[in-house]
Amino acid sequence: MSRNLSINVHHITRVEGHGNIVVDVKNGVLKRAYLNIVEPPRFFEAMLKGRNFHEAAIITSRICGICSLGHQMTSLKATEAALGLEVSEQTIALRKLLVHGATFQSNVLHALFLATPDFLNVGSVFPLVHTHKDVVLAALRLKHLANEIGNLISGRAVHPISIVPGGFTKLPSEKDLLYLREKLLNEGMKDALFTIDILATLTDQIPDFYRETEYISLSNDYEYALYDGLICSSDAGLFPVEEYESVTNEFIVPHSTSKHAKFNRSSYMVGALARFNNNYKFLKPKAREVADKLGLKAPNYNPYMNTVAQLVEVVHCIEDSIELIDTLLDKGIKNEKPNQEPTRYGRGIAATEVPRGILFHDYTYNRKGQIEKANCIIPTGQNLANIDEDMRKLVPEIINEPKDEITKKLEMLVRAYDPCISCSVHLLDVKFEE
Amino acid sequence: MSARKKSQKPKVAFFDFTGCEGCQLNKLNLENDLLGILELIDLVEFREAMDDKAEEYDIAFIEGSITTPSCVERIYDIRRRTKILVALGQCAVSGGINAMKNNYPLAQVQEEVYGKDKYLFPSMPAMPVRAFVQVDYEVRGCPMSMPEFLHVLKSLVLGRKPEIKDYAVCVECKLKENECVLEKGMFCLGPITRAGCDAICPSNGQYCTGCRGLVSNMNKNGAIEMLKQHGFSVEEAIKRMAMFNTNELVKEANWGNR
Repeated sequence: MSRNLSINVHHITRVEGHGNIVVDVKNGVLKRAYLNIVEPPRFFEAMLKGRNFHEAAIITSRICGICSLGHQMTSLKATEAALGLEVSEQTIALRKLLVHGATFQSNVLHALFLATPDFLNVGSVFPLVHTHKDVVLAALRLKHLANEIGNLISGRAVHPISIVPGGFTKLPSEKDLLYLREKLLNEGMKDALFTIDILATLTDQIPDFYRETEYISLSNDYEYALYDGLICSSDAGLFPVEEYESVTNEFIVPHSTSKHAKFNRSSYMVGALARFNNNYKFLKPKAREVADKLGLKAPNYNPYMNTVAQLVEVVHCIEDSIELIDTLLDKGIKNEKPNQEPTRYGRGIAATEVPRGILFHDYTYNRKGQIEKANCIIPTGQNLANIDEDMRKLVPEIINEPKDEITKKLEMLVRAYDPCISCSVHLLDVKFEE
Repeated sequence: MSARKKSQKPKVAFFDFTGCEGCQLNKLNLENDLLGILELIDLVEFREAMDDKAEEYDIAFIEGSITTPSCVERIYDIRRRTKILVALGQCAVSGGINAMKNNYPLAQVQEEVYGKDKYLFPSMPAMPVRAFVQVDYEVRGCPMSMPEFLHVLKSLVLGRKPEIKDYAVCVECKLKENECVLEKGMFCLGPITRAGCDAICPSNGQYCTGCRGLVSNMNKNGAIEMLKQHGFSVEEAIKRMAMFNTNELVKEANWGNR
């Protein structure tokens, strides 16, 4: 056990953004193991200064192309809280549908296109086009359907257009909703269950690793919280969203252009597994069946299972989207204009569950309706300390395995978190040092 | 500038610099065409989706702006290895939304985010790719327009020169028979912004944010006059334009006689 090992994975692949994995073992003792975030910082908080209230969401959606809907949604809610803008029930239902579409799209992209190649020992999804064509085609149809939700309800799936403070500039037609309902109910659910059946045969490829941590997500008492709720910590209970700073406690580390976060332990986890652990009882019936089939039970302490939790959420989002559309169609789409008459100017804080976890936006507006101060706390940033802690427990457990195997397991670990590094620096690679 | 040798598929690579990766994501959103495209090209490097890396390329697509010293080294390295270089999306074409930070002193921006640790991570003004190396073609927009990307890719694979639109968004907006955004009482940058997006924002009830950059033969005085007629000041217009066009505004320092 006096092994020397140095791993340095530069610009880890199949993740969003730029990061390196750095692991250094001397004489069998782990000297360091961390995720080095090298994505260039972007300074969105500074860009928002002086911007008008209707521009904030347009700018913040550009923090990330994959999470653009989540940023836009959280931005709108923070602006609305700051300016006292009420939104209608119809607006909330359509927004929830958009959040489902974005979660479903991003989870499919990660679980099926970025993570699955590891389970089949290939470097990307492209070779699977030849070996597993029917699965790839089903996955492509699923992604397309999720994007259609974004296109039809918000004008564009990447950087949505028609969602603005106070409501929508253009509403979907009842025909659009009927079309989505039909596709979700038939093609969407069928493709999701088909791909999950195939993946259920591959779950033995998921490393057997456990580390209990603090799980943080939104939570409420009526649904699987994605659009709104209170902050829920598996260690400490519920907190109002306005108290987010006492939960996130951001700090700067030299190996990351993205800030780290901690609450009751040295790190905490956000994302699909945290949501699954905290809110399991609100999952729709088919989603629970799928969780059983994939061997996922709450609470689960294996971070690699985050990918599996994402698939469970895909099914949940399809089921709940159908219910939301039914409600919208029952009531009929009313031709509402966005409410953009501020009733106050001040500070507004909002949180949404975006695919990678809980996202906070916090704005302070002056009396001209311009932003004076802005702060955005990103899920990947909140997960970074937890990834480092996982690597520090994992490396000694697998130290006797071949270097390639260790590297693969480390890359799979980072990927399981589905990190979104552009977001986190508003910022991923693996470095092994020998 | 044919990228294609007979009976050999062009080697295509995608690279990302500073940006949101939304343009790359948009490519993966080509679900229906993706497998067809893969028949025509030899995809040799695409970090967001695959592990493989290559030594040289026929066509390199670049997404994102140049914002750190290491970005500069990487873009030189890619330019040396590729025959054709295409800037994808507004961050690569003009610096895009990243360039908004260029309006403030760099140290102030860094301090705002990192406090006393501001010198831990080097940063520089956000610049377009063409500020450092030759760019052969551009696909504009935030996010980039997919039909335009497909057009450029297909043209290059066939060894043709892609057609580039250089007229205002207003032209496409009129063809869509939209009610004029300015007439509705909203601000709009359509009259001076380069077309190619099919006026997607006005068609969805929004104003044009100028995300595709300025037309090359912009009627500056006419645009100022029209915005004034609709009750908008030049200062307002410049502030709105800065969202996606800070670097282009710097070139046009006299915009509105300021």
